Amino acid sequence: MAEQHPTIIPQLLAENEQTLLHDWMESQKKSGALRGGQIGEAELTEASRRLIAALRGGVASGQFVDITAPGWDQSRTVLEDVSRSHATLGLTPSETATFVFSLKEPLFSLLREKVGKDPDRLAHEIWIATSLLDKLGLYTVEAFQKSREDIIRRQQQELLELSTPVVRLWEGVLALPLIGTLDSARTQIVMESLLEEIVTSGAEIAIIDITGVPTVDTLVAQHLIKTVAAARLMGADCIISGIRPQIAQTIVHLGLELGVVSKATMADAFALALRQLGKAVVDRGPARQEV
Amino acid sequence: MAEIPVLKIGDCLLVSIQVDMHDRLAMELQDDLTNRIVSERARGVMIDISALEIVDSFIGRMLNNIAAMSRVLDAVTVVVGMRPAVAITLVELGLSLTGVQTALNVDKGLALIRKAIGGQEGALGRQEG
Repeated sequence: MAEQHPTIIPQLLAENEQTLLHDWMESQKKSGALRGGQIGEAELTEASRRLIAALRGGVASGQFVDITAPGWDQSRTVLEDVSRSHATLGLTPSETATFVFSLKEPLFSLLREKVGKDPDRLAHEIWIATSLLDKLGLYTVEAFQKSREDIIRRQQQELLELSTPVVRLWEGVLALPLIGTLDSARTQIVMESLLEEIVTSGAEIAIIDITGVPTVDTLVAQHLIKTVAAARLMGADCIISGIRPQIAQTIVHLGLELGVVSKATMADAFALALRQLGKAVVDRGPARQEV
Repeated sequence: MAEIPVLKIGDCLLVSIQVDMHDRLAMELQDDLTNRIVSERARGVMIDISALEIVDSFIGRMLNNIAAMSRVLDAVTVVVGMRPAVAITLVELGLSLTGVQTALNVDKGLALIRKAIGGQEGALGRQEG
C-alpha cells in the first residue's frame, strides 16, 4: 500500500511531533474545547500527546485505509479511552468528534508548508490525511456511543435491583413497595423476589404498594394480577395498597378487575393484615415518657 | 406400577405427589382419594407438590378436579408446597388454580383446613362421632 501511495505523512509526523502538538492544542483551545470546564488543559494535552504518538505508530505501519489493522491498535485504544472519559464527563458527541477533527487544521498547514508548491501532491496528501482522520473521528463517535450505551445499561440494571425491595413488616406480613412503571422484565423480578421471600419468611400476607407506580393501564394491571395469582399459589394472600384517586378512576374507566382486596393507604392495608392474623394494635392512652 | 400413597392425619388426608403424573396414575389417585374421603370421613385433603419441578396444564386440571370432587364430598382441598418457579410458570400459562386453596407448607395447610372446618362447623353444626 505504501508503495502505491507515496506520502510524506509518516515522516512529517515523526519530524514535527512537538510543533504539531503545540498547534493542535492552540486549535483546540480556539475551538472551545476547554470552555465547558469538564475537561482540564493538562488532561487534554496528555490525551493529544498520546494520540499523536499513537498516530505516528499507525502511519508508520503504512496502512492508511483500514484502521482496524493491527498497526492502529494503539490509536484505537487511545480513542476509546478518550471517548469513555468524555462520555463519563457528560460531553456531547460533537465535542468528542471535534477532538479528532481539530487535528486537521494544524496537519494541513504543515502539509502546505512542505509540499505547497506542488498542487497535485498537496491534494493527494490532504486526501490521505482527511480520509484517515474522518475514519478515526467516526471510530471515536462509535466508541463514545458504545460507552454511553454501557452506562445506560448499567444504570438500568441498578434501577431494576434498586426498585424491587421486599420488606418484612411483621411476622407473616411482607410489603412490596413498587416504584416506577411495571413492565414484563420488572414484573418477573418482582414476582421472583416476592415468592422467594414468601418461602424464606413463611409470610401469609403480602402488601403490594403501588404509590410509586405513575400510571396503571391494562398491561400494568395484568402484571399486578399475575403477581397476586403467583403469591396465592404459594399460599399468601395479597393486599394492594397506595391506590391514588386518579388511579382508582382509571381502573374503573378501563373496566379493570383486580380481583383482590385493595386499600387506599399502606397503613390501612397493614391494619387489615394484622386483623387477619388475629393481632391488634392497641391504644394505651397518652404517650408516656420511656426511661 | 408406582402408586401414590394417601396418608391419614386426624380427619385429614395427605397426598404427596413425587413422581411424574400420567393419565392412568391420575385416574387411580382420584379413585383412591374419593374412596378414602368417604371411608375415613375425612374433612380435609392436602396435596403436597413440593417435589414437583414441573406442573403442566394436565396436573393443574387434575388438582382442580380433585378439589371439585372433594368439595362435593364436603372436604376442603389445599395444595401445599408449590415452588416459586412452578407458581410463576403456572401464572404465565394462565392457570391460577382458582378453585383450589393453597398454603406454603404442610403445617400451614393443616392450619388452613382446621380453620375452614371450624368455620363450617359453626354454620352447619355437623356432629362429630
